[in-house]
Amino acid sequence: MPKLTIDNIPVEVADGTTVLEAAAKVGIEIPTLCYMKGVQTIGACRVCVVEVEGARNLAASCALPATEGMKVRTNTRRVREARRTVVELLLSEHDGDCQTCARNEDCELQSVARTLGVRDVRYTGAKAPRYRDSSTPALTRDTAKCITCRRCVTVCNQVQGVAALWAQNRGFKTVIGPAFCQELDDVVCVQCGQCGAVCPVGAITEQDHIARVWDALDDPSKHVIVQTAPAIRAALGECFGYPPGTRVTGKMAAALRRLGFAAVFDTNFAADLTIIEEGTELLMRLKQALVPGGNGHKHQYGPLPMFTSCSPGWIKFMEHYYPDMTANLSTCKSPQQMFGAIAKTYYAQKIGKRAEDIYVVSVMPCTAKKFECQRPEMTDSGVQDVDAVLTTRELGRMIKQAGIDFAKLPDEQMDAPLGISTGAADIFANTGGVMEAALRTAWELITGRPLPFENLHVKPIEGLEGVKEASAKVTDALPAWKFLEGAELKVAVAHGLGNARKVIERIRSGQAQYHFVEIMTCPGGCIGGGGQPRLTDDDVRRARIAAIYEEDEHRELRKSHENPAIQQLYKEFLGEPLGEKSHHLLHTKYAARTRV
Amino acid sequence: MSDDGIVKCACGEEASEEELLARLDTVLKDYRDKPGALIPVLQIAQGLFGYLPESALKRIALGLDKSYSEVAGVVSFYSFFSTVPRGKHLVRVCLGTACYVRGGKRVLDALKQKLKVDVGETTPDRVFTLEVARCFGACGLAPAIMIDEEVHHRVKPSRIELVLSKYRNGNGDAPVERSAKR
Repeated sequence: MPKLTIDNIPVEVADGTTVLEAAAKVGIEIPTLCYMKGVQTIGACRVCVVEVEGARNLAASCALPATEGMKVRTNTRRVREARRTVVELLLSEHDGDCQTCARNEDCELQSVARTLGVRDVRYTGAKAPRYRDSSTPALTRDTAKCITCRRCVTVCNQVQGVAALWAQNRGFKTVIGPAFCQELDDVVCVQCGQCGAVCPVGAITEQDHIARVWDALDDPSKHVIVQTAPAIRAALGECFGYPPGTRVTGKMAAALRRLGFAAVFDTNFAADLTIIEEGTELLMRLKQALVPGGNGHKHQYGPLPMFTSCSPGWIKFMEHYYPDMTANLSTCKSPQQMFGAIAKTYYAQKIGKRAEDIYVVSVMPCTAKKFECQRPEMTDSGVQDVDAVLTTRELGRMIKQAGIDFAKLPDEQMDAPLGISTGAADIFANTGGVMEAALRTAWELITGRPLPFENLHVKPIEGLEGVKEASAKVTDALPAWKFLEGAELKVAVAHGLGNARKVIERIRSGQAQYHFVEIMTCPGGCIGGGGQPRLTDDDVRRARIAAIYEEDEHRELRKSHENPAIQQLYKEFLGEPLGEKSHHLLHTKYAARTRV
Repeated sequence: MSDDGIVKCACGEEASEEELLARLDTVLKDYRDKPGALIPVLQIAQGLFGYLPESALKRIALGLDKSYSEVAGVVSFYSFFSTVPRGKHLVRVCLGTACYVRGGKRVLDALKQKLKVDVGETTPDRVFTLEVARCFGACGLAPAIMIDEEVHHRVKPSRIELVLSKYRNGNGDAPVERSAKR
């Protein structure tokens, strides 16, 4: 427990605490750019330098451990000038078209420059090399705005294990990007957008769909409907100054209605539908594996363990890195795509319109959803099932563009029927949630009793631990599921593709055996998605997750199979889970992609 | 690589790309579990192929379980590595401080003019590739150039042709005046 002084203020901190953290403890905010709490402390940008008595050079406080007796000064002339010089040098090579930049007023470089009082850039010279890359449906890159802080490289490699990005070339010519400055679409990028979520400037951001959504809303021949993913309601408020974890479901519905959408629907509806299809698929796979003679179905199901398939970054990751295991992925489309397919068939029929007259907009916490919606498989309604995908950030911008005062909005409801959902759908937003939702339904189907966990929460798979496991022994199974009697159902949950890789390697080496595995691409799950308001750290993740659980607990219906709109959908349209129509509209297949 | 798919390997034998990739696989097997294997493997591969073709780099990434972006990052960081085919002889002009002040730049200009190529380029007859370097440790005898493994000291722009001519016809193994094996 070293004791030190920072600007003459004594402070005692735990071993391993950095000077940056110790300063925060005594109310001194040191500016940073490359630093990411708990993820990257490489001291590369030098914005956080401090003076330490007895040391000749200034030190980067983010990478400097606090030691006994240390005397730190954070506000000397030398420190102020050094920080300002660092920022001026960054600005001198940065392409600073601030007013038209997607990150205007949300830019960390801008904010640090403002904080340090940079009013003049004393240096002129060459600008950073420019490569513009709009090759992917989800992301755009502009290296002229890049300050080579390497946050994206660390996230892409160490957190996600995707490794699409690395520093190329050397010195002033350094470019952060794919191998040999290829385009993102040519490499293993899964388009999760975690790079853009941590980018301090406008060098990586989402492909903007706002213009095409306005176009659709202005087109009188289009019936424009919107679905919002479960994670949006716990984060959209942040775009309007609310603290992370503020639930804004009602205001969001009101805002969407005022933007001009003909119907305000919910991806939650499709999440409940996913549980019915995916839960049934799991039971079929179990039956096929455990009962001699197979599942008694004409259809052959994939092997165990079954992996969830809601997260499009994860799907693309499997296609690149483990193409030999794509049969383990559930064949269920993601809720976004199930929604699109149902909206342009079932709902179209209901309102007497053709699929091509309906325009489906999704609001997603995710950039990979922009990639997913244009996959060639996602056209089962006869046209592209989902037409445009807005991230949470883009929806925030649209609401501002429309001049809507978000704080003054009343709470409104989603529309029926595709806006009706249960608490099980809410928790799709966070790590462990899809598994919990599936177990709430599958357990009841197998045993006729509710899931034996307090308040229906499967505690062992909650929280931000990277890989989580749970198991439950089946007793007193209903007659149809007697083959599961006494079986120990084992499940695992991982979030962040680096953790997904760990689970897969354990399965491949035989170290672990599971029946069902939930994977979410982004750390924390969708609430930490690449399209969420910046900047997401673990504190923000926890706050959003807490809001989602509250959302779930405030519901009357908390199990997907109790959703009356879903029951009606099967009765009127789909027939039975995994039936002919479901196979056609709600299930998909996967492609093998290369690794290099 | 020539049109018939034959690669001239640096050791002088002719080998097809297939054969060279097979040799690379043997190297990769040896290095697979060694830490810090990437740079030595890239050096060996460049020795085999004369440069680092995409096929070899991808094989290295897979063989060492590294990402292609990291392999490319390392290759593009070091000027020693080349991803384009090189000439039979690599001419490197030192532009380190000592050589620079003693006229290294003028030697480079003379070479550019004589070979009719720019830095990083290869002559159309594939005999010479011109590169610059930062210090061979021959500062006392500046300006220095290096052709393949041989260092030439106190090079004068006017005598460039004489130095080059030893390589033009033969294979450059003959002892050269005022030069020393490194």
